[in-house]
Amino acid sequence: MQIVACIKQVPDTTQVQIDPVTNTLIREGIPFIVNPYDTHAIEESLRLKDQFGTFVTAISMGPPNAEATLRKALAVGVDRAILLSDRVFGGADTLATSNVLTEAIRKLGETDEVGIIFCGKQTIDGDTAQVGPGIATRLGCTQLTLVDKILELDLEKRKIKVSRKLEGRHEIVESPLPVLITVVRELNRPRYPTVPSRLASFEKEVELWNNQTLKLDEQSIGLKGSPTWVNRIFSPERDKGELIGDGVNDPVGTANLLIDRLLAKDLLSL
Amino acid sequence: MNHTAIFTVLFIAALGIFCTLAWRRLSLIVLGKAEDRFDHLSTRLWDMLLFAFGQKRVVARPFGINHFVIFWSFIILLLANGEFIVNGIFPKVSLRLLPVAIHGPLLFLFDVVSLLALVCVAIAAGRRLFFKFDYQDTLYVKRRSFEGFLILAFIALLMLAYFGIHGAEIAMGAEPLSGWMPLSRFAAGLFGCGGGCAKCGVLPWLIFYWWLHAGVLLAFLVFLPMSKHMHILTAIPNCFFQSLEKPNTLLREEFVKENSYGVEKVDDFTWKDLLDSFSCTECGRCQDSCPAQLTGKSLNPRQVVHSLKTNLMANIAGLKSGSVLKMPLIGGEGEGTNTEETIWACTTCGACLEACPVMIEQMPKILKMRRHLVQMKSEFPEELINLFENMEQRSNPWGIAPTERSKWSTTMAIRNFEAGETEYLFYIGCAGAFDSRQKHVTVALATILDAAGISWGVLGKEEKCCGDSARRLGNEYLFDRMAKENVELFTSKKIAKVITQCPHCFSTLKNDYRQYGLEIEVIHHSELLQQLLADGRIKPNRKVTELGSVVYHDSCYLGRHNDIYDEPRQVIEAVTGDKPHEMERSREKGFCCGAGGGRMWMEEHTGERINITRVTEALEQKPDTICVACPYCMTMFEDGVKDKGAANVRIRDIAEVVAEGLRPV
Repeated sequence: MQIVACIKQVPDTTQVQIDPVTNTLIREGIPFIVNPYDTHAIEESLRLKDQFGTFVTAISMGPPNAEATLRKALAVGVDRAILLSDRVFGGADTLATSNVLTEAIRKLGETDEVGIIFCGKQTIDGDTAQVGPGIATRLGCTQLTLVDKILELDLEKRKIKVSRKLEGRHEIVESPLPVLITVVRELNRPRYPTVPSRLASFEKEVELWNNQTLKLDEQSIGLKGSPTWVNRIFSPERDKGELIGDGVNDPVGTANLLIDRLLAKDLLSL
Repeated sequence: MNHTAIFTVLFIAALGIFCTLAWRRLSLIVLGKAEDRFDHLSTRLWDMLLFAFGQKRVVARPFGINHFVIFWSFIILLLANGEFIVNGIFPKVSLRLLPVAIHGPLLFLFDVVSLLALVCVAIAAGRRLFFKFDYQDTLYVKRRSFEGFLILAFIALLMLAYFGIHGAEIAMGAEPLSGWMPLSRFAAGLFGCGGGCAKCGVLPWLIFYWWLHAGVLLAFLVFLPMSKHMHILTAIPNCFFQSLEKPNTLLREEFVKENSYGVEKVDDFTWKDLLDSFSCTECGRCQDSCPAQLTGKSLNPRQVVHSLKTNLMANIAGLKSGSVLKMPLIGGEGEGTNTEETIWACTTCGACLEACPVMIEQMPKILKMRRHLVQMKSEFPEELINLFENMEQRSNPWGIAPTERSKWSTTMAIRNFEAGETEYLFYIGCAGAFDSRQKHVTVALATILDAAGISWGVLGKEEKCCGDSARRLGNEYLFDRMAKENVELFTSKKIAKVITQCPHCFSTLKNDYRQYGLEIEVIHHSELLQQLLADGRIKPNRKVTELGSVVYHDSCYLGRHNDIYDEPRQVIEAVTGDKPHEMERSREKGFCCGAGGGRMWMEEHTGERINITRVTEALEQKPDTICVACPYCMTMFEDGVKDKGAANVRIRDIAEVVAEGLRPV
C-alpha cells in the first residue's frame, strides 16, 4: 500500500502582485513556496511511513519550475516525487486540476494500491478547497476533510478513524480505506529537513508525467476543461504613509492632529 | 640500601606513574578532529608569553595576583627542585658546581621565592576558608574541594621542607653560602644552636626534611596528572594554540554526502577542544560571568568543559576500539553529558571566553553541539522552525516580504547602490528594515549620512539577511547558502565599503564572510559617527540635554566580539557634553541583553529573564536614557523597561542621539 501526498507550488502570497492589465498574478520574480497546508499533508504521510513503513509518493501539477516544490518533499523524506506537467494542463481550474490528479493517482494505483491520499485543506493562492474533494469524488473514495487528528489507523482491517475540525466542534468519524483526507494545520508540526536528508534528495529524480503518460481527453483538462471564468482580480491600492506633527516635542498636539485627521475622514465613530 | 639508591628507585617509579597517567590523558587529544592551530607562530608565541607567562587575565582579578606569585615561584623553583632530584640521584652534581657569583644570588632568589609562595599558599587557603565566593558550586565541582586543599598542602610542605633542609645545613655549618640565605638562616636559628656545631642532633632533622621534600615532590608528580592541576602541563600550550579568529567564527562545514555535521560524540570535537578540557582548572570565572548561568539556566560554561573531560575519560575504551560509547555527550543524565536545554541557553555573548585565563573556548563547543542537533537531528526549540523557514524563504527572520525592505524610507528619498557612483552601501539589516522601533534608527542614521554629505545607497529589495542567527543557532547549512548568496551579490555589485547599524550584521559581514573570501571594509555606525564628529563633518547644532542622565550598554557583538568600546561612548559625550554613566558590568565585562546567539527568537522559560536582569542593573544608575547601539539590545531594553514599570526611561540608539543634535535649532 502506498500513501500519496498532493502538493502545490504557490506564490508567496505576502509578495503577490497582480498585473493591472490582464488581471492575472505576476509570477515573475515572486518566490514560490510549498502551499503551507500541503506541508502538513507531507508531514502526516511521513509520520505514517515512520510508523507503518508505507511508501510515500508526492505528486504535484504545475509548470516545470514546480519541481522545486517536489524537491522540498524529497528533502524531508518522501520516497517518490512526480511532476504532472504539460502545456495542455495549463490554465486549469479546480475541476480540470482534479481530473489530472485523479488520473495520476489511478495510474499510481496500477502498480501499488493507493490507501490514503493527503491534501492540504486548501491552497493559499486560490483558497477554493475544491481540489481534494474533487479527487475523492472522481476516484469514488471517501473524503474526510478538515482533519486535525488521526485517531486510529488499522491497515489489517483497512479502517481509519479521524477527528475533523469544524466550526466550534470536532467530529469523530470512521471510514474504510481507500480514503482522501484534507488536513488543517493543527494536525501536526512539519519536520525540518536534516542536512543528510537534503543532500540525499539532490540525487533523487523528480519524474515527469505529461499527457502522453496520462492520456486524458484534452476537453477535460487545462483551459478547455475549465468552466470557471476569472473576470477580474485586483488588489486594493495602498498610498504611501505620511508623518504628521512632531511627536517627539509635541506629543499631545500630534495626537490631537491625528484625531482631527481621522475625524475628517470619518474613521472615528464619535 | 643507601639514600641515593632508595630515592633513585622511588623517583623512577613516580616518573613512570606520572608519564603513564599523563600519557593516558594527553594521548586522548589526538582522538579529536584535525584543526590547524600552527599558523602565525610569532603571534602565538607572543600570546603565550602574555597570557601564560604574563598571566594577563589571571591578574585581572584581585586573587589572581596570588596565583601569579605561586606560578612564578613554581617556575623559579623548578631549578631548585631539578637540582634536588639530580643531586638525589647523582650526589656529586649540584648547583655548587656553579661559580659563587651565580650560585649565591640563586640561593637568595630561592629563599625569597619560597617564602613568597608560602605566604600565597596561606592566602589561598584563607580565601577558600573565610571568603565569600563570587560563584557557586556546580553539581560536580565544589568550591572547597579536597583536591584544592591537598595541592595547597603539598606546596606548603615543599616550601617548609626547603627551609628545613637548608636551615639544618646552615645549623650544621655545611652551607658556605649561608650569607645569601637570610630566611634559611632564620630557620637555622630555630634548630636552637645558631649554626656551626655538627654534634647537636641536627642531622636527623636534615634527613627528615630531605625525605619530606622528596616524598612530597614525588607524590605531587604522581597526583598531578590525575587532578585538575594537570593544567600546569596544558595551560601553557593551550594559550599558544588559542583561536586567533573571532571566537564565534566557527570553521565552515563541507556539505557533501557521507559527511556528518557538528558534534554528537566527544571525538567529533577537534583536538584543541579536547586539550581545552584538560587545561581547565575549574576556577569558575566563566561561570561567574555567564548570563545564562547567572539568571538560573542550566547552562554553565565551566560545566560544559568539565563534561567534555568526564565524557572523554568515561568513553576511553569505546573511543579507542570504535565500539558503542557508554556515555552520551548530549541528552544523557549526570556528570559528563549536556542537556539540550543547556545547549540552547547560550547567548553567544562571549563573556566566558573573555573571562578564561587560559583561553579555553567554551561557547564554540556549545555551537558545535547545536550544529549536530539542527543539522543531523532537526531537534531544536519549536519556535525556531518558523525562523529557519523565514530566513530560508524570505531571507529575513520575521518572514516579511522582501519587497517591504525599503518601507522605512516613506519620508525620505533613498537611492540604490550603484558601483562607481555610490561610495558606501548602507546595509540596512533585517531589524532596520522591518522592526518598527528600529526603523527610527535607520531614518536617523540615513539623515546623518545625508547631513555629512556621504555618498551612500541601499540594495532595497535585493538586500538579503546576513544569516547571523542561522549560524549561531547551528544551522550552518542555511548560513552557508545565505553567505554564498550575499558574497555573490556584494561581488557582482562591486561593493567595497559597507555601513551597518547592527553589530550582528557587522560582525558577520566583517568576520564570518572572510571565510568566503569577501574582504571588504565594514563599518559599524558607532565607528562612523565617532569619525564624522571628530572630523567635524557633522556638527551638532546644540548640546542634547533633554536625554538627562545617560547610561550606555555594550552590545556583545560590538564590544567583546569586535573590540569597539570607546567609539559609542565618545559619540554620546560629543553630543550630550557628558560621558555616559557606566553600569557595574561594562566594556569587556558587559552583560548580555539576552538576544544574541539566536536567543532573540526563542522563549526564555527558566529562571529570571536576562534582559530584566540587565535592565535592573541599568536602572541602578538612575538613568533618564539608556543608550544602545544594536537592534537586539534595543528590543530587549524596550521590553525590559516596560516590564520593570520604568517606561519613563528612554531607550535610544546612539544614531538617534546624534540626529537629535543635528536638528535645526
